[in-house]
Amino acid sequence: MKFGIVVNEGPYQHQASDSAYLFTKAAIENGHEVWRVFFYHDGVNNASKLTEPPQDDRHIVNRWSKLAEEHKVDLVVCVAAALRRGIKDENLAQGFRISGLGQLVESGIKCDRLVTFGD
Amino acid sequence: MSEVKKFMFVNRKAPYGTIYALESLEVVLITAAFDQDVSLMFLDDGVYQLKKGQQTKGIETKNFSPAYRALEDYDVEKLYVDKESMDARGLTEEDFLVSVTVLSRAEMGALMDEQDVVLSF
Amino acid sequence: MLHIVNKSPLTSNTLESCLNTATGGDILLIEVGVYAVTRGTAVEAKLRAAMGKFRVHVLMPDLDARGLGDRLVEGVLPVDYAGFVELAASNKTCQSWL
Repeated sequence: MKFGIVVNEGPYQHQASDSAYLFTKAAIENGHEVWRVFFYHDGVNNASKLTEPPQDDRHIVNRWSKLAEEHKVDLVVCVAAALRRGIKDENLAQGFRISGLGQLVESGIKCDRLVTFGD
Repeated sequence: MSEVKKFMFVNRKAPYGTIYALESLEVVLITAAFDQDVSLMFLDDGVYQLKKGQQTKGIETKNFSPAYRALEDYDVEKLYVDKESMDARGLTEEDFLVSVTVLSRAEMGALMDEQDVVLSF
Repeated sequence: MLHIVNKSPLTSNTLESCLNTATGGDILLIEVGVYAVTRGTAVEAKLRAAMGKFRVHVLMPDLDARGLGDRLVEGVLPVDYAGFVELAASNKTCQSWL
C-alpha cells in the first residue's frame, strides 16, 4: 500500500515528528511504500540542517535524511511555510526538497492513505 | 490530473491564536485549483474562523477572513458548520461571513465517512 | 474509518468531539491521548460507554513511555507501530483529530 505522511509540527517541541517517523519506519518494514512525507506549518523546521541536539538525544533531522537516502522517501517541505520560518535551500538538510503545496494535494490524490501528525 | 477525489478539511481551531487556520485555508485553495471535490467542515473552535467583522489591525496581523468569501470563485461551496459547536459559542448563521450548511454531529460524521481524504491541521 | 486522537481527555474536548461525531469504526489513542485508556480516570465511564460503538486501540509504546502500561482499561486493544500501520491500511480513510 502507498502511504503519504503529513507532519505539522517542528522537531523536539512536539511528539508529532517522532510519531510520524516511527510510523513511516514501521510502514516500510512491513512492506508498504511511503511515497512522500510532506512538512507543513512548523513541521518545516524538521528540515533545518543547523539542528544540533545534545549528543545523548535522537537527531530528528538526520533520522529523516537517512530514511530518505535508504528508502527513497520523498521529503517535501512546503515553500510558503518554509520561507515564513527561515528555511531555505542554504540551510536545508540532505534528502529534503522545497516545493509547493500542490505536492501535498498530489499526495492525497496518488496515495492510498494519507496520515497526518500534528498538534 | 484527471483523477478526482473527495477531500474534506476539518477545521477545529480558532484563528490568530495559532497559524493553523490561515495555512489550512491555503491548502484548501490549492486543492480546489487541482479540481478536486472539496468540502470544509467547521467543528468546535473552528467555527470562529467564519465570524464576521474580524478586525486585526490592533494585533498587527493580516485579516485573512475575506479569503473565505473567495472560496466560491474556486467552486468551493460545500461549507458545513456543526450546529452543536455553533450553539455552544453563542453564534448563529447570521454571524458568519459566508453562507454555510448547518448540520448535526451525526450528519457531520456520516459526511466524514464518505470522503477519500480527510485533512486536519 | 480510523480516528486518531492525540490529546488528553482531561484537558481537551478532542476525544469527546471525536466520540460525538464519528459514526463508529476504529479509534486509536496516541501520544498524550493515551491517558484516556487508563483505569481510574474521570473519563473512564465515558470511554467504556464508547467501547460499545467503537473498537478502541492504544499505541502501547506511548502508554509505556508514560508509565501507565499496566493500567489499560480492559477491552482496549494494544498495538505497536506495526499495528498502527495495519489499522491505517485496513481503513479506507483516517482522520487525525488535531
